[in-house]
Amino acid sequence: MTRVGVVVFPGTNCEHDVASAIDALGGNAELVWHKSDRLPDVDAIVLPGGFAHGDALRPGAIARFSPIMGALQSYAAAGGPVVGICNGFQVLTEAGLLPGALQKNAGLRFICAMTEIRVDSTASVLTSGADLGQVLRVPVNHFEGNYTCPTKTLAELVDQGRVVLRYVDNPNGSVDGVAGICNAAGNVVGLMPHPERASDLLLGSPDGNVLLSSLLVAAGASGVTRRLAGSPSA
Amino acid sequence: MNVFDVLVEVSLRTGVADPQGSTVERSLPALQVHGITGVRVGKAIRFAIAAADETAARVVVEDLCQRFLSNPVIEDTRVDITANLSQ
Repeated sequence: MTRVGVVVFPGTNCEHDVASAIDALGGNAELVWHKSDRLPDVDAIVLPGGFAHGDALRPGAIARFSPIMGALQSYAAAGGPVVGICNGFQVLTEAGLLPGALQKNAGLRFICAMTEIRVDSTASVLTSGADLGQVLRVPVNHFEGNYTCPTKTLAELVDQGRVVLRYVDNPNGSVDGVAGICNAAGNVVGLMPHPERASDLLLGSPDGNVLLSSLLVAAGASGVTRRLAGSPSA
Repeated sequence: MNVFDVLVEVSLRTGVADPQGSTVERSLPALQVHGITGVRVGKAIRFAIAAADETAARVVVEDLCQRFLSNPVIEDTRVDITANLSQ
């Protein structure tokens, strides 16, 4: 069974939603406390949403120094699938695993709303099972989700097809409508929308399952990283 | 070792939209205050540091600014260091 580690920082609050959505899709989610300096034997990692360390200083600024982050860096470098959702995306940018930063929403409003996001690249662990151009209904819930990066970085992201998801109707002022990006290898993905909150019709949309199913498929194919994650050096 | 008082000002880099600053600026006419432009809202972080001298203190603080106190993608810092004479 595909095992997915869900990292929990003090202040994380979406870990059970993510675990439940993963389990419902046939995966096996396991919560991983941030104080651990090694990862359990897992096929993928999710950094869920919330307010790690209360977002003190900046979202993700303190979480990036948590003991688990060293193991996560090694795991990502070895090609292991890593997805950061919302606050998890903020942690990944602060940790330097993804470029850019997430600043306060244009208009200074906390936004909790259903959004439509378009799949603009399928070359990532989170979008490989989606159709290019497919529009998904997935909600956002954030105050600091306004993606920004230097012009040169954005050009690279666009040229390399690393803007994997864009808002159809940009709610937060993100540059180029960016909702989600990936690293050059496509195994590290960050997005502001919450796929786990769109994992059942009862929640208003099952579209997030397209993304989470992609992750499970990618995770199932990552046997090499499973061994790496289990070794003491990881 | 000497003790120095440190003030780190964290502000959004020039060119990065500052919605808090803009909102404050737009509210000024309601207070009948005119002629104020360029409002920027940031953070002030204060602490004391023990170091051999001001230069040594500055090296530590500047490194801290880059790695922790600011996100260099969107923020700039300004460091002010003064000798703490009460120590």
